[in-house]
Amino acid sequence: MRIRINAQKAHCNRTPSRGRGYGAVKYAQANIRKIMLFSLAVFCLIPAVLVLSGTIISRYELGQCLEPLSSGAEGFITWKFLPVYPTFEHYARVLFYTPQFFVVFWNSIKIAVLILLGQLLLAVPAAWAFAVYRFRFRNVLFTLYVVLMLMPFQVTMLSNYLVLDGLHLINTHGAIILPAVFSTFPVFLIYRGFCALPESIIDAARVDGAGEWTIFWRIGLPLASNGILSAMVLGFLEYWNLMEQPLAFLEDKSLWPLSLYLPEIHLDQAGYSFVASVITLIPPVFVFLIGQEYLERGIVASALKE
Amino acid sequence: MRATKKRQKIFGSKNAWIWFLLPSGIGVLIFVCLPFLDVVRRSFLTVVTQEWVGIHNYQLIFNNQAFLLAVKNTLRFTVICLPILIGLGLFLAVQLSRLRKIQFLKSCFLFPMAMPAAAIVLVWRMVFSKQGFLNLLLDSLRLVPESGPVDYMSTEAAFWVLVFSYVWKNLGYTIVLWLAGIFSIPADILDAARVDGANERQCFWQVIFPNLKGTLYTITVLSFLNSFKVFREAYLVAGSYPHESMYLLQHLFNNWFVNLELDKMAAAAVCVGVVLFLFILLLQKFWDKAV
Repeated sequence: MRIRINAQKAHCNRTPSRGRGYGAVKYAQANIRKIMLFSLAVFCLIPAVLVLSGTIISRYELGQCLEPLSSGAEGFITWKFLPVYPTFEHYARVLFYTPQFFVVFWNSIKIAVLILLGQLLLAVPAAWAFAVYRFRFRNVLFTLYVVLMLMPFQVTMLSNYLVLDGLHLINTHGAIILPAVFSTFPVFLIYRGFCALPESIIDAARVDGAGEWTIFWRIGLPLASNGILSAMVLGFLEYWNLMEQPLAFLEDKSLWPLSLYLPEIHLDQAGYSFVASVITLIPPVFVFLIGQEYLERGIVASALKE
Repeated sequence: MRATKKRQKIFGSKNAWIWFLLPSGIGVLIFVCLPFLDVVRRSFLTVVTQEWVGIHNYQLIFNNQAFLLAVKNTLRFTVICLPILIGLGLFLAVQLSRLRKIQFLKSCFLFPMAMPAAAIVLVWRMVFSKQGFLNLLLDSLRLVPESGPVDYMSTEAAFWVLVFSYVWKNLGYTIVLWLAGIFSIPADILDAARVDGANERQCFWQVIFPNLKGTLYTITVLSFLNSFKVFREAYLVAGSYPHESMYLLQHLFNNWFVNLELDKMAAAAVCVGVVLFLFILLLQKFWDKAV
């Protein structure tokens, strides 16, 4: 803020003509705005850059850099964005010598993909029901869905546990997947997509003799694919990052997803940890890059009131 | 012929919703609604013997030091974080809305959303520990206190690390929501205001801001509920029993769960659920009034 005021003053002193001075101030303001936004944006990316650069630093150099952290000695850690001897040893170690990593990676994939598939099967029809039909208790049910969507895991943790225990699913992947499949958040998101359908189209299809299922399959699904993709992108970022549920319901470490496995890696193996982090980052970043449009739409849709 | 008629009755356009909603509805009923009622019932019982104890469990948690501390910290976290996040998000969104090409910047701000908490932990340790980058920076600026560099993880400052990490992660989300709100304001209103001689500041306070009240409601609700997910970072960085300044309700629930103190947990789940429910309704009521 202060910088901007100073810039304004400077310009006022230099340009006596008010019109031109005003333009220059605006120009300066616009530049300052750009610089501020860009530096903040870059700031958001720094952690990723740190992780990425850490993967090619050799074990020895990393040990030196992070020495104060592990030994608790005085002094500060150092960092080399471009190491003296770049190496791929950590990548090789993760990819070729640690079968355990693949088990965990596979767990993560399995959990996220199965949850999303289940949600697709259940949430899309449910959203269709809410968007197209007017029935008794519709508003009550819909409010219930919205409230459930907004409840944090901690509130439903015990309820989840009671059911899962009853079904003997504790300490299996089912304990993570099943409750998440019935999450009401995607219903809400996809519902927003269906609401954009003009009612006249559906009525026209009915007049032409199309069955309810045909209307859903032929008209609803293609037109609401944006909402569905939004739900999938947001869902993937969420379920890839899932921690609370596996922490509570999975004891067996071989069942853990990446989100629990990564923090277990000791600081001595920082290089390994960096590479594991980068590999963990790849799927969500990939989804993020190809699905950013849908991600933004999903965020916006999740915020709209009925 | 009769068969098709019967078929029409069940699959007819009036009742078809049942078939679409049924699979999801049954799941929600079995996995969420019924067990939550069971939790409500259990909150009045003892764990082992299942005896009726009335509101004893509720009395228990409201006299429990850990519960009170967790509630206090969670409230403090929310009260501090939400204004920072919402205000900063609005400020940046307004700045962004004045630029022409913002896709790249938006991507940068959204990117932390895609960073799994687990991949960040090591970075946070490198930045915030006693020998970390933050202290290195302060040292080079000669701002280190005389008592020596602070370990941000195991002192009072841990709370602020959490605040930072929450804002860092959710800023993009908030900016996208604000931007959607800002861009949904019809351009003619703004143009009209500018023609009438309003400057940027007046435009913002007189035109843009009053039109964003609906957005404010939704951002508040979503940010509030996302604030519960900060447990991930908190847990990863500091474990089950972090510094007491960042011992949150989420830690407490987790620890009660691990120790199988299900009676307290049931009572607390009911309390938190009811409070959140009321909070959502209250905000919605304000919003309805405002719009």
